[in-house]
Amino acid sequence: MPVIRTQNIVAELSAGTLVEVVCTDPGALNDIPSWCRINGHRVVETRSSADEYVVILEVGEE
Amino acid sequence: MTQQRKAVALISGGLDSLLAAKIVQEQGIHVAGINFFTGFCVEGHTHAIRKRGQDKPKRNNALWVAEQLGIKLHIIDIIDEYKQVVFNPRYGYGANLNPCLDCKIFMVREAHLWCQRNNFDFIITGEVVGQRPMSQRKDTMPVISRRSGADDLLLRPLSARNLPPTLPERLGWVDREKLLGLSGRSRKPQIALAKRFGFEEYAQPAGGCCFLTDAQYSAKLADLWQARGSKQYELDDIMLLKVGRHLRPKPNFKVIIAREEGESNFLRGYRKHYLSIDSLSCPGPVALIDGNVNNQDIELAASLVARYGKGRDATEVEMEVRTPAGTGYLLTVRPLTPEEIPEQWLL
Repeated sequence: MPVIRTQNIVAELSAGTLVEVVCTDPGALNDIPSWCRINGHRVVETRSSADEYVVILEVGEE
Repeated sequence: MTQQRKAVALISGGLDSLLAAKIVQEQGIHVAGINFFTGFCVEGHTHAIRKRGQDKPKRNNALWVAEQLGIKLHIIDIIDEYKQVVFNPRYGYGANLNPCLDCKIFMVREAHLWCQRNNFDFIITGEVVGQRPMSQRKDTMPVISRRSGADDLLLRPLSARNLPPTLPERLGWVDREKLLGLSGRSRKPQIALAKRFGFEEYAQPAGGCCFLTDAQYSAKLADLWQARGSKQYELDDIMLLKVGRHLRPKPNFKVIIAREEGESNFLRGYRKHYLSIDSLSCPGPVALIDGNVNNQDIELAASLVARYGKGRDATEVEMEVRTPAGTGYLLTVRPLTPEEIPEQWLL
């Protein structure tokens, strides 16, 4: 679900916008960067704590 | 100048959809991927929850396949629309609660609509004649094409030469001679083809990519429907069916008990929605209670959960019971013995 929610939000944003995704799904740390690579967005940072996973990405050109 | 034709490929994350898309891509067609999130998908987060299998890559294979192909992948949330497919499949269920034929029709229909909205020309699937007993048979493939509305815009590159030519073949968008005529359940031709394309790693989920093909999962879903008195579910319900041991000591409630640390962490995320039990005096699993319970039921649930903790042989253990509102209290219970847990409790 984090990928789908990220995808739907990013679709509404313009290139260069920074998006911070915070979720509890550990798979997101792999899946969101993978989604970014195939869709031309840039991962700025990933980090995790005990129960939270964060990915910061920059929206790319369509 | 020849018009660049565009195809959308249904990408499950398995080998067949990877190869089907690749075969068409090799013919100079622009391919984009589409992946439907039903909530029952094996791909997704479940494999990431458990600590077990740390050696395997914890990834979404549909995204991984798209990366291998260098294509965009559009992931579509169909959780709500898909419920009618699960509740009332026109063509019935397979061995479990898997409505495979209706599911395929539904997904191809959605892909066809997506094509129309996005000016794509045709649809690709990784179906192989005779590979699956319900949806991938020679007599059901035309049913999928017709009932989805895609008709001859649906191309199955792996089995195309066993089937009548589709529009993309007849109009020369793709060369039929370069498509395959695979049939049957053998995976050898696909494995050989993967090698030829240079794919050394790929997912081969046993039983397909959907939890509804799993007997134990289907039994838990059937139990959920029986307990609720109707065929209903929300996303959280079907997510939780993938996690933990599910035991129903009484008709009015069941207990979901984590099997390992990863599942305990996952269940903690639901503590605001369910009564939860945590082991205090000894290490043990986190558990959720699903149902309407009284104090006696909670005590029984706590004794049951204690059976799966390190204090299982102790005379008494301390458990913490928390309400969804966050208030908690301590409960001292005797762990149940294996003999006190009837087999029929386990779903």
